[in-house]
Amino acid sequence: MSEHLAPYDSPRHRDETAIAGMWLFLASEILLFGGLFLIFVVYSHTRAAGWALGVRHTNLMIGGINTALLLTSSMAYTLGVDAARNENARGVILAGLSAAGLGVTFLCLKGWEWHTELADHLFPGPGFALGGPQAGGAQLFYSFYFLSTALHGLHMLVGIGLIGWICLRTYRGRSAPLIAMPVEVVGLYWSFVDLVWVLLFPVLYLIGRV
Amino acid sequence: MAPTSDPQTMQRSYLWQDGTLRSWLLTTDHKRIALLYMASITAFFVLGSLGAALIRLHLISPTGAILSDETYSRMFTMHGIVMVWLFLVPSIPVTLGNFLVPLMLGAPDLAFPRLNLISWYLFVMAGALVVYGLFRGGLETGWTFYTPLSTDYTQGRVLPVVAGVFLSGFSSIATGVNFIISIHQLRAPGLTWYRLPLMLWALYATSVIFVLATPVLSITLVLLAFEHVFHVGVFDPALGGDPLLFQHLFWFYSHPAVYIMILPGMGVVSEVVSTFCHKPVFGYRFVAWSSISIAAIGFLVWGHHMFVAGTSLYAAVVFSMLSFLVSVPSAIKVFNWLGTMHGGAIRLDAPMLYALGFIGLFTVGGLTGLFLASLASDVHLTQTYFVVAHFHYIMVGGMVSAYFAGLHYWWPKITGRMYPEMWGRTAAALLFFGFNLTFFPQFLLGYEGMPRRYATYPAQFQVLNVLSSAGASILALAYILPLIYFIWSLFRGARATANPWQATGLEWRTSSPPPTENFIEPPVVTHDAYDYAALDHPAPAPQAEPPHV
Ligand code: HEM
Ligand SMILES: [Cu+2]
Repeated sequence: MSEHLAPYDSPRHRDETAIAGMWLFLASEILLFGGLFLIFVVYSHTRAAGWALGVRHTNLMIGGINTALLLTSSMAYTLGVDAARNENARGVILAGLSAAGLGVTFLCLKGWEWHTELADHLFPGPGFALGGPQAGGAQLFYSFYFLSTALHGLHMLVGIGLIGWICLRTYRGRSAPLIAMPVEVVGLYWSFVDLVWVLLFPVLYLIGRV
Repeated sequence: MAPTSDPQTMQRSYLWQDGTLRSWLLTTDHKRIALLYMASITAFFVLGSLGAALIRLHLISPTGAILSDETYSRMFTMHGIVMVWLFLVPSIPVTLGNFLVPLMLGAPDLAFPRLNLISWYLFVMAGALVVYGLFRGGLETGWTFYTPLSTDYTQGRVLPVVAGVFLSGFSSIATGVNFIISIHQLRAPGLTWYRLPLMLWALYATSVIFVLATPVLSITLVLLAFEHVFHVGVFDPALGGDPLLFQHLFWFYSHPAVYIMILPGMGVVSEVVSTFCHKPVFGYRFVAWSSISIAAIGFLVWGHHMFVAGTSLYAAVVFSMLSFLVSVPSAIKVFNWLGTMHGGAIRLDAPMLYALGFIGLFTVGGLTGLFLASLASDVHLTQTYFVVAHFHYIMVGGMVSAYFAGLHYWWPKITGRMYPEMWGRTAAALLFFGFNLTFFPQFLLGYEGMPRRYATYPAQFQVLNVLSSAGASILALAYILPLIYFIWSLFRGARATANPWQATGLEWRTSSPPPTENFIEPPVVTHDAYDYAALDHPAPAPQAEPPHV
């Protein structure tokens, strides 16, 4: 009796329910990141000069490339959702693989960026590289930087895993009719991860740079 | 009429259909998950109560009777953390809520049955982490984890405990999502929003808080752990951070969370009061919407925990006024319950006794909340035993009484057996008496200035402290009794009929205990909630009526 009766009237009812569930979960996620953004809102004002000093030391080049990668990835996946609605399994797999591939590239670049930053002693703590009167604010910035990119990276990992799962189940179920709902649910999540980055990018790389 | 719980019904019921351990641990049946949760939170309740017992024993003597100062701090921290996160926050939603939401909706299960099982496993892992941390030394921060004590000065096990509380949050979020989506999507034909039992409105409001407040606690705990592990500034002023920011984030979750710890109880009381007066709840729509407005306004009052923490006077005035506002919907509920009882033929069975206890104790707790929400009196009362008494009146006097009311009320449905009524009434009376003896003296102590969280106190406070400890032992008895007779009733209790209380909810239309699929015939709703006239004089052939939406 491990699988209990499904409580849905029809496939449509089931799909609506799942999609509504994902939306609600994303509302919860917004508040998770919202708490983090409060750190930015407060400290970028109370410690403006030090915060800006930190922003100036981020790698705008990598940040920019990564933004482009992620936006493209999101677009690719959206094409996959479209393919799923047209019951085009090949399209779903192709779109999923490109979306996941772009995501992995993002993470590799991000990892490299972290690596250079750690080498430059930008991780807050005793050996912090930026001295002077603004060091405290800059450390707060880098606390925020590492935490928010780590949390976002974690969400990326989950998303890439989910997309992999979508590709796999689509590949395995080629012969059966394609159900678009799981593809759409994962798409909602992936767009959200993208959206978080779209907000993080200006906060980490742009605001206070000039 | 559905059949009484003869042996055949028992055989077919969710309890016995497949008895292997494996089938219980992998079940996606909301009723079984409710029982898994019930076993877990009972264990945590016992653990938390042991902590309370040691605290009260210690405070018999002004110099402290049994614990060192350090151990005392760790003891009240452990008591608070276990009781809040491992018992009260999940309590009614994950047990009675899990069991009842689909039944009250006329559905075979929650919207996401597997997510429900996952939430239980998350909760168990969370509990294991917390208990591990507590037994490997515990921590001395209090349940509020204030920084920088919790990040830089603590000598306790912050990390596993915080990780456990963090995980338990995700279990709450999963439950919240499941309830909200179920109530939107799985209502039986004819079950419109204004026909929902008030329990569901209360659980809906609770779930909104689960989903929207818990993530803020999660991120706050992540920030705390980050500061603790790397010794870098987020909240620590010595490292450039702002400790008030922690308090804002923490209370932004934790004030709404105190409503997580009362709204479900209000839902239970609405059901019980209506049933035992055999009358519809007075002002149904007001009671329903008051749950929603408590949840909504509850998000706007967190600043009242920080009146003396150095926030601006203007902020304090605004938070004070909003705190007064949030008591209005609570008062609406109390008046409407009284209005329901007015002129009713009240039956004083155990669930009703517990519910009456709830109403009285919650009222005292709510009114003293207003003392604390007034700026001038809070300066005197904050950080004293007055605050301790205030929230125990609500959380223990209110919520735990409501939990017991609900357990007694739905016990026949859950188990197919009646509990012994005389013992039930005895326990309810003991609880009311023991509770007041424990906590009323604490109002007086706080008013006279005894601070909370100290291991010792001036000798002039001893009489009241001893009274309080004496009350606690009576309270303990009132909790142990049901544990005994509930277990006894599983084997020896009289068999329950489908609807032993002549109640109106859909859950009473199926057998006790229900079959795995909840309803043999999917129900169709043709009446408002609490329509006793329809129950007492059923239409000739109710099934023939067309479902209207
Ligand atoms: C009627 C509306 C309520 C009002 C106006 C109110 C007001 C307050 C205020 C102003 C405080 C802060 C006292 C201080 O620290 O100086 C407080 C503390 C507290 N309240 Fe309430 N309260 C209300 C309802 C509740 C409910 C329903 C619960 C729980 C179910 C609750 C639980 C608590 C707890 C746990 C604390 C202490 C937190 C701590 O510092 O450890 N309150 N309340
Ligand atoms: Cu509060």
